[in-house]
Amino acid sequence: MQKKTLSALVATAALAAVTGALAQSVKLSDNVVKVGVLTDLSGVYSELSGQGSVKAAQMAADDFMAANPAFRGKVQVIGVDHQNKADVASNKAAEMIDRQNVDMLVDMPTSSAALAASEVAKNKKVVAMVVTGGTTALTNEKCNKYTFHYAYDNYMLANGTGSAVTKRGGKTWYIIYPNYAFGQDLNRQMTAAIQENGGKLVAPSDATPFPNTDFSSYLLKAQGLKPKIFGTMQAGADLVNVVKQYNEFGLKNQGIGLGIGLLFETDVAALGQDAFAGAIATVPWFWNLDARSRVWAAKFEKAFGKKPTWAQAGVYSATMTYLQAVARAKTDDSDAVVKALEGYSFDDFFARNATIRPQDHRVILDVHTVQVKPKAQAKEAGDIFTRVSTIPAAKAFMPLSESKCKM
Amino acid sequence: MNTQLLLIQVFNGLVNGAFYALLSLGLAVIFGMLRIVNFMHGALYMLGAFTAFALGQAFGLGFWPSLILAPILVGLLGMVLERTLLSRLYGLDPSYNLLLTFGLTLLTQDLVKQFMLSHYAVSSAPYTPPAALAGVVNLGFVVFPKYRLFVIVLSLVICLLTWFIIEKTRVGAIIRASTENPTVTRAFGINVSKWVTGVFGVGVGLAGLAGVLAAPIYSVEPYMGAELIITTFAVVVIGGLGSILGSVITGFAVGVLAAVGSALYPPIANTLVFILMALVLLVRPSGLFGLPEGAK
Repeated sequence: MQKKTLSALVATAALAAVTGALAQSVKLSDNVVKVGVLTDLSGVYSELSGQGSVKAAQMAADDFMAANPAFRGKVQVIGVDHQNKADVASNKAAEMIDRQNVDMLVDMPTSSAALAASEVAKNKKVVAMVVTGGTTALTNEKCNKYTFHYAYDNYMLANGTGSAVTKRGGKTWYIIYPNYAFGQDLNRQMTAAIQENGGKLVAPSDATPFPNTDFSSYLLKAQGLKPKIFGTMQAGADLVNVVKQYNEFGLKNQGIGLGIGLLFETDVAALGQDAFAGAIATVPWFWNLDARSRVWAAKFEKAFGKKPTWAQAGVYSATMTYLQAVARAKTDDSDAVVKALEGYSFDDFFARNATIRPQDHRVILDVHTVQVKPKAQAKEAGDIFTRVSTIPAAKAFMPLSESKCKM
Repeated sequence: MNTQLLLIQVFNGLVNGAFYALLSLGLAVIFGMLRIVNFMHGALYMLGAFTAFALGQAFGLGFWPSLILAPILVGLLGMVLERTLLSRLYGLDPSYNLLLTFGLTLLTQDLVKQFMLSHYAVSSAPYTPPAALAGVVNLGFVVFPKYRLFVIVLSLVICLLTWFIIEKTRVGAIIRASTENPTVTRAFGINVSKWVTGVFGVGVGLAGLAGVLAAPIYSVEPYMGAELIITTFAVVVIGGLGSILGSVITGFAVGVLAAVGSALYPPIANTLVFILMALVLLVRPSGLFGLPEGAK
């Protein structure tokens, strides 16, 4: 009994000493590091990010605290719904920073919402790590000192898929894209990537209304044009409609392949993977990429009940990278953290051979072109991608020479 | 664009036209007979598609049984809603039933989404054409999905049948009488409110039918009716509120026009119908087939 009390005393004293050491060596504003997951909790992107992103950030916080005793109990995560609207994203970001003392924002699906939140982060000097928003504007004309762009962007998608498909013999393309910022940007990038690899467009790309359900006119046009590849820059529900009708019109049997700009695991699940079978896309990660990925994915599935999407895995990685920068800087002061992030090279289960470019805050990493497997080849539920090739970090993203970023 | 391509698009437009026609037909029947502006029509169309999916998942029912069962189930739900909620608003300003049906739309969409997420982990449901209608057929001038041809034919048959029943049969005569002069009709010993409920059920059932027909073509998701319903209302306005023949002809015409428009100049595809609506309203405020107020 006495022995037990004594050891408890010693333990308490030791803990106090550690905490005391933390107080001296790590300077945290209001004594906590607070991570704000700004995401879509109810709308079209809630399945691919949403609650799963909040869970992923929480897992990163827990793992970080377990590995860094000095931070035990000092990292908090909150999730907020921005409804994919720029004005709501802007208000919520400001509110989280001003009223809840958030030190860092992460996730941010929908390009317009990501741009709005990034603007708030800049003005309030808080680190923002955009994972799910795709526009290249974040690291070009709209770049700023506090915003980092993680996981993917439109240039990387176009460069990956456009090159891979063209090199595999898809020399002639006909492209349709949704008529708003994301689609226009992706169409431009994709066209450039195809031409650079010796391919060409058989007709000018068509801008389709957004959102749109019926794509039969464009599929009939493709029948007449007979390109090797029918390229679609649609995303989410629109993409599901395009692919459903692509199959309905039997284009594959007419020798017209499918090229997809942006693909999430949830789109494949919505339609069944046979409908997508053979399609090529570019992703930064997928859960059964390799052993390291599978270990993390199993942990996530146990905690969340579903396999992670690459967006959710990216949120974990981004949150962890930020927290480790706080640990290196020994403070959550954003200017010091930004300094610790810039130029940092790292390698985790998600981001391979990753470097944070100081000039434009683009996080570059190895990315993968993948092909959707037919259901018959899937070894288990959610086994949808076969890796076609890996594009090394240095070649996957927009070269600095092309960047319009002035920081 | 050459003539062949134009012909192809005219033909293709009939498919969307079929959906516009079926949906605006239901709206026309309901408005013409009951003076209800049913904003929930799009949500009921979506429910038709989801019911077909759910029947398949729960009972292994394929497309054909669902094509009959789902519209009946949606129609029954419509009748319950009419009896319990809508009937309380008769005689009040039409904006009340507009608000009610709009609210019901939001509720339905979210309930379906929650149900899908909790049961199937996705909010969009896969649905393929029946085996007999899968694949394409070479029509000489175009390679076209068999299923879409079926949609055109079936919806034409349904539209003609509905028109025939209402205009040419005794049942139709009772329905028209019940709505034009309920007091006199009651005096003939006819239970008007039962007929009203029945008509609402049939109108809503037509939306459910359109939903089942749409399931193999469009993404089956909770908001699939939201976009469509706005175009459908424009069709109803162009055709003339409450005119059955008007809504059918306009439905097909708008489908064709939108398809040709989207092939010629894609950005205008979704606006075309509203431009047309504005033009028609300028020249004929009661719509192409509508009778001017007070003409009855």
